[in-house]
Amino acid sequence: MTRKLGLIALSAALLCGAAQAQQVTVKVGVLSDMSSLYSDITGAGSVLAAKLAIADFLASNKDIKVELVSADHQNKPDIGTTIANQWFDVDKVDVIVDVPNSGVGLAVSQVAANKNKVFVVSGAATSDLTGPKCNANTVAWTYDTWMLANGTGKAMVKTGGDTWFFLAADYAFGAALQRDTTAAVEAVGGKVLGGVRHPLNTNDFSSFLLQAQSSKAKVIGLANAGGDTINSIKAAFEFGLTKGGQKLAGLLVFINDVNALGLEIAQGLTLTETFYWDKDDNTRAFTKRFQQERPSKFPSMVQAGAYAGTLHYLKAVAGLKSAADGKAVVAKMKELATDDPLFGKGTIRPDGRKLHDAYLYEVKTPAESKYPGDVYKLRATIPANEAFRPLKEGGCPLVSG
Amino acid sequence: MVEIFGVPSQALFGQLLLGLINGSFYALLSLGLAVIFGMLNVINFTHGAQYMMGAFVAFLILQYLGLNYWFALVITPIVVGALGVLLERSLLQWLYKLDHLYGLLLTFGLALILEGVFRNYFGSSGLPYRVPDSLTGGYNLGFMFLPLYRAWVIVVSLVVCFGTWFVIERTKLGSYLRAATENPTLVNAFGVNVPRMITLTYGFGVGLAALAGVMAAPIYNVSPQMGAELIIVVFAVVVIGGMGSIMGAIVTGFGLGVVEGFTKVFYPEASNTVIFVIMALVLLVRPSGLFGRTA
Repeated sequence: MTRKLGLIALSAALLCGAAQAQQVTVKVGVLSDMSSLYSDITGAGSVLAAKLAIADFLASNKDIKVELVSADHQNKPDIGTTIANQWFDVDKVDVIVDVPNSGVGLAVSQVAANKNKVFVVSGAATSDLTGPKCNANTVAWTYDTWMLANGTGKAMVKTGGDTWFFLAADYAFGAALQRDTTAAVEAVGGKVLGGVRHPLNTNDFSSFLLQAQSSKAKVIGLANAGGDTINSIKAAFEFGLTKGGQKLAGLLVFINDVNALGLEIAQGLTLTETFYWDKDDNTRAFTKRFQQERPSKFPSMVQAGAYAGTLHYLKAVAGLKSAADGKAVVAKMKELATDDPLFGKGTIRPDGRKLHDAYLYEVKTPAESKYPGDVYKLRATIPANEAFRPLKEGGCPLVSG
Repeated sequence: MVEIFGVPSQALFGQLLLGLINGSFYALLSLGLAVIFGMLNVINFTHGAQYMMGAFVAFLILQYLGLNYWFALVITPIVVGALGVLLERSLLQWLYKLDHLYGLLLTFGLALILEGVFRNYFGSSGLPYRVPDSLTGGYNLGFMFLPLYRAWVIVVSLVVCFGTWFVIERTKLGSYLRAATENPTLVNAFGVNVPRMITLTYGFGVGLAALAGVMAAPIYNVSPQMGAELIIVVFAVVVIGGMGSIMGAIVTGFGLGVVEGFTKVFYPEASNTVIFVIMALVLLVRPSGLFGRTA
């Protein structure tokens, strides 16, 4: 009898120990551009989105402890790498989320793979992250250059814009976007007449636009982002390029950019996004919560991706009851079907590419816009299986073996 | 069509003109810097932030007071200039006797603070500002389409630059100013209020930056970092022209605008580096700058 009691006591103690070991702590790090050109599209808004995701997750998973840290990579790959190393080694961060700027994104992806942690990409756009540079620790959530190129590029060619000239930002992202758009345009019979590479953060684009104008291309593809895109569109409007019959294709335009331009200048611009705050009741409800902390700001698709990516990561950790092995967590993320209020149901492919629908939007005219933030009209929905690069074309070593 | 190095000559004319337009911004900004350095011996790193404030004040008085571009052109330099005067009286005036480095550090720190404050309130994406109706449209010059607004920028810049040069180099007031820089004690003894003159000079230099900001608002993105991006180039312009030389600032401003414009055609990737290459070369050959007086 005493022996039996002793056994019970022992097993109870063991069970308790096991239960204590299962008290999982996860540390999420949002690494973003907090102070420069991408900070409105990403930055503090991405941190807030991750915070909301954690709150939603904890509502149904009280046994897991989640901490959130954030830092500014200043758009410098060396700073990004240093922070990532420090977070993984010293601060015990388990996952890095967001990371706008493809240069920094590629660097952080390497660090995450070396340390066997997880990188959930929302900000960095280069399709190389799920292509030649893919790894088993990285998931690319929101969008990529191939998807932008495919959505906007094909749509422009189909409506008659079959000759192209590029203004591309002179770094990893601009090069990837120009390459992917060229492929998309040529695939449907369009022709690329030329292009210019401009330095990041260029003030005056009139010189480049004049070159675009004299190329006589029907479409000027803007393979840049943020302030660079705004300055190019402003100058194109001023120099009468659009009145002269040439069309602008904003290959990466966010709602924040449209607001900075004003509808008068931005109207008619065609662009591809995977999230729009005014899409349905779920996205509007999220926007309402978002605006409680960031009044009169509209969440961008990158911020929406930071929310959804964080949420899905946490679900995978909850499933495994551990965040220690990054590869295992990412494998679990790929195994679980994704489901969140912002992007709906979806899946993650073996190469780390998250699949969901993309939307081709056109910017409304000032007369069509009824309330603040009412800026897009839907022109087409690109289904998830067509929106992203086919798995076998990416050249990801995880797929080809 | 005649081609020069494989580029049609017509396109080159266009780039020349665009270079001059960009040069007018460089000239306006470097002029303010040169005036301030020449008269106060302060390296005014807040200049970029003051340029940015010019654009923001133009936006704010349109948004909240309904005052359009033309009012902004007059009011903004006065408002921002007055803030400059405040800054000079409260902080800068204590640094004149110290090494240049102190003024540089103070103004650099202030620039970072101002930029941060504006980013906190207005975000980094930028704010919309329209070209005034009476300056929309443009001329077809045959080799390019010149928007009326850009033509206006060149004219204003030329008038302001040469007006300033004339006042400082050719009038009695200007001679007092120059004398006060050479020997403030002596000029003070003649009954000229030197400290007040220096304060107003700083206010004027800052006003020039704000004016450039208003001129830039309709065509460039009005964002908190707009000044930081430009100010480094403008400093290079001032160094190449010769620190403190008014004419040097004006001529180099326009000249480097043109050089940069051509680089954008022949080797676009280097367009934001070319000015610094020139700066390095000039410093090697003529350390005091093209128009600077050798010490």
